[in-house]
Amino acid sequence: MSTKVTLPIYMDYASTTPVDPRVAKKISDHLTLDGNFGNPASRSHRFGWKAEESVEEARSHVANLVGCDPREIVWTSGATEADNLAIKGIANFYQSKGKHIITSKIEHKAVLDPCRQLERDGFEVTYLEPNEGGLITDEAVLDAIREDTVLISIMHINNELGTINDLESIGKIAREKGIFFHVDAAQSTGKVPIDLSTLPVDLMSFSAHKTYGPKGVGALFVRRKPRVRIEAQMHGGGHERGMRSGTLATHQIVGMGEAFRIAKEEMDEDTKKIQSLHNKFYDSISKIEEIYVNGDMDNKVSNILNISFAYVEGESLIMALKDIAVSSGSACTSASLEPSYVLRALGRKDELASSSIRFSFGRFTTEEDVDYTLSLINHSVDRLRELSPLWEMYLDGIDLDTVEWQTH
Amino acid sequence: MAYSKKVIDKFEKTLNEPEKFNVGRFDPKEVNVGTGMVGAPACGDVMKLQIKCESKGNTHVIKDVKFKTYGCGSAIASSSEIVDMLIGKTLEEAREIKNVEIAEALELPPIKIHCSVLAEDSIRQAIDDFEQKQ
Repeated sequence: MSTKVTLPIYMDYASTTPVDPRVAKKISDHLTLDGNFGNPASRSHRFGWKAEESVEEARSHVANLVGCDPREIVWTSGATEADNLAIKGIANFYQSKGKHIITSKIEHKAVLDPCRQLERDGFEVTYLEPNEGGLITDEAVLDAIREDTVLISIMHINNELGTINDLESIGKIAREKGIFFHVDAAQSTGKVPIDLSTLPVDLMSFSAHKTYGPKGVGALFVRRKPRVRIEAQMHGGGHERGMRSGTLATHQIVGMGEAFRIAKEEMDEDTKKIQSLHNKFYDSISKIEEIYVNGDMDNKVSNILNISFAYVEGESLIMALKDIAVSSGSACTSASLEPSYVLRALGRKDELASSSIRFSFGRFTTEEDVDYTLSLINHSVDRLRELSPLWEMYLDGIDLDTVEWQTH
Repeated sequence: MAYSKKVIDKFEKTLNEPEKFNVGRFDPKEVNVGTGMVGAPACGDVMKLQIKCESKGNTHVIKDVKFKTYGCGSAIASSSEIVDMLIGKTLEEAREIKNVEIAEALELPPIKIHCSVLAEDSIRQAIDDFEQKQ
């Protein structure tokens, strides 16, 4: 194995990214007395004016990456808050119009949990099934629309699979029916181009820390034309045009701005590099017998690759791969013993769902990292299969579905 | 992760030196071999335990053990742990092994106790299978 790598290797960029050093510098310039530390809401002195200037510059960077007007960007504490603000904000504001919401079974919890909360408050929610590739089809959306549907909330890129939904097409349906369309785009920025000047999307959630910015900051795009109104969920000062109160976290906001400015500038370069790492990784890993890619290979981003290793249990695989940081479809490690709800929604059997690993690459992943990871996976899967009675049965030609298992 | 050092150590050793740690299989048709298989893939653990016995007086003694386990690190460590407990024991003695002994030896956290229960069940089944053949 290569020795040029530093262990453990980070292969979990879809979970969070390290802050880009250029972003870290910008953040630290906005903290101390000799820096730009002021409260952007202070109208009476230079400290406030300068902080406000930085915040507005950051807002422009974010708007610029996604093709909207800076006045359409509302700062939040992250994508989770942006999702909550969008979903509850629309539901609460427009409830006299209707109380039905459409979302999907493979959304992030930041969308699913607010929907569950609204159900408790008397709303009805339809959770769409994805197709077997993990995509939400137009037909599924059309079938679910009712007279009283007020909101459709569908994610852009799925965080576990990397699959990309067709926003143009779902958005068009929503427009025609006069339904608001919210998109969780936490995984999208810096990976795929987004142009809100043409996309029929009304609200879009963003996160800084998936794009080399800091944790604890995000944004919600709220369209001005045609105007979308939301009920604030946080009150106390009327910041962000009344949509989200609270003193703006200047240092985090400038961090997000800088991260998104860099993302705009370097997206092509990043994508090219990550695509080539992905292809190398996939070409090698696809030679392992009995592996299954989760999610439509033809409609996904190259920074995420989700693979199930049949006849190997997920938690033991994670343990064997302790030198690489990855996420598992098996939630055993978080003590809930439930396989990923996303993979189950695709119709994967429990054992395949729980033997899945999500590999995600990023700006700082090297070719050596990929080589080391590949060799460790090959070694570990071999060893675990040697240990697996199921693999032995598979090699003996026994169909595991016909075996009478002794569950207890 | 809620794993004790002992579980990690046993898991890694078993993974890296499968032969030394009795990973493998006997021909289940042999008269002096008893096979037990417990668990289910959908539950996340399947343990297959085989004992090879030799008659001694009016009983049998376990001379060798092989196992294969599909499951989490604790399940694999639990199966590996019982190997040492079994070799040299009479069938009567082996039947007396309780899951608590395995759980204590590996310092299993409460959420992983079922792994030791499964291991205990696999011993019983292997002995039953062996006795039926005699």
